[in-house]
Amino acid sequence: MENNQLALSVKNLTVELNKQKIIEDLSFEIKKGETLVVLGPDGAGKTTLLRALLGIIPYSGEIVWSVKNTSYLPPNELMQRKEILPLTVGDFYSLKEITKNRVLESLGSVGLEQNLFKKRIAHLSTGQFQRLSIAWALVDKPDTLLFDEPTSGIDIGGTETIYSLLHDFWVKYKLTIILVTHDLSIVWEHADNVLCLNKKGLCYGVPEKALTTENLRELYGVGVKYYHHKR
Amino acid sequence: MMDEKLLLAMLMTVSIGAVAGYLGTLMLSKRMSLVGGPLGHLTLPGIAIALIYGFDVSIGAFAMLVLAIIVIWLFEKRTKLPIETLTAIVFTSSVAVAFLFLPAEEVEMALIGDISQLTLSSTILSVSLSILAFIVVKTIYKKIVFSAISEDLAKSENIKVDRINLIYLLAVALVIGLGIRIVGSLLTAAIVSIPAATSRNLSINMKQYAYGGIIAGGLAGMLGIIIYQLFAIPAGPAVIISSAGLFLLSVAFRRT
Repeated sequence: MENNQLALSVKNLTVELNKQKIIEDLSFEIKKGETLVVLGPDGAGKTTLLRALLGIIPYSGEIVWSVKNTSYLPPNELMQRKEILPLTVGDFYSLKEITKNRVLESLGSVGLEQNLFKKRIAHLSTGQFQRLSIAWALVDKPDTLLFDEPTSGIDIGGTETIYSLLHDFWVKYKLTIILVTHDLSIVWEHADNVLCLNKKGLCYGVPEKALTTENLRELYGVGVKYYHHKR
Repeated sequence: MMDEKLLLAMLMTVSIGAVAGYLGTLMLSKRMSLVGGPLGHLTLPGIAIALIYGFDVSIGAFAMLVLAIIVIWLFEKRTKLPIETLTAIVFTSSVAVAFLFLPAEEVEMALIGDISQLTLSSTILSVSLSILAFIVVKTIYKKIVFSAISEDLAKSENIKVDRINLIYLLAVALVIGLGIRIVGSLLTAAIVSIPAATSRNLSINMKQYAYGGIIAGGLAGMLGIIIYQLFAIPAGPAVIISSAGLFLLSVAFRRT
């Protein structure tokens, strides 16, 4: 293993919130340019893992980033808040102190019209907003993207678009991506490695080896009946 | 010709109203508009002590607010109970305690404010503190908006959310402490909530929204003092009725 190629190394990570262990003794690594999909049922600690990786909650164990510039997109939280303030697309970017030219460039990169600059975020469609979030997360040219349930609440067509956009950026900028989802189908198309999380790490490795029927049963319980291997 | 007392009242009310409207736009974005009410009420023990010992009511109020906000902030960190619940606990206790010793003849003044005894020095102090509050709010404005959208997102962008929230709460304390001079402890929710709502109806982006709060708050203050002078009704209620009038207009002409 070429250690200088590592983007992130996590050793014996334990996160305790309100005296409850949310994540227990988790270890894994991500190489630069790799896509890691973190898979697990609701309440498995996936979002908590991202928050620990970002250093915004206390944890024990070791988290070592070898890359500096990470960008994070939380799950749908933005959607819930967008009605309160008369925030325009331009205002949204201004939170990151980005110049107007770069904003327009950023909008173009995800196929959004430049005239959306003055449009209220509340008036965007779900699909437009999701494209905007991706563009917004990538406007600082981060080397790593942490993405939490990017397609929750979006229909199948929209989901495809989001992942093909992400894939394009991944190819173009050699991004390291950590993607949290409960959607198994993502794994086969996009993951280099998969981490099954349900409080503990239940499986870790390339999808073909890690996602055995036994592991999936352990991860999701007995409910996974419609699981198909694509290839 | 405007007499000196009226001019002082106008200056003070407009500046406090304007900064309260500006801060109110942030409070609305954090869904904290109503918190202005309880925070006003909990100043009562401070006002009562100030009235008994004869010092400026704003000083008593502000001291009480800082104490209460620190207590609420610490409780929030420790218990993770919603701030509004903690505020309810602290403010009702304060009001209860205040009525143990608030002089009966001062009750009205404490509850709805009194600007008839203004002096030049107290006006200068109020205006300066309003400007200070404005600068503080302007400095943290975007960061608060960011954390209102998503606290995790703000933290991931290296914004020290806890620290910014504490500064924000101290700004709230300062503005409420100033506000009770005009509207008393009963009506403070109005000066932070109504202008922000008015501005929200009329603005189509964040800048208009923020500065709209200033204009709506300042204008309500000015109209209130004119009404106070013309019809001899207490200034506090006059300011708030003006503000409510502006809000109704904004409903009719809303752009969002």
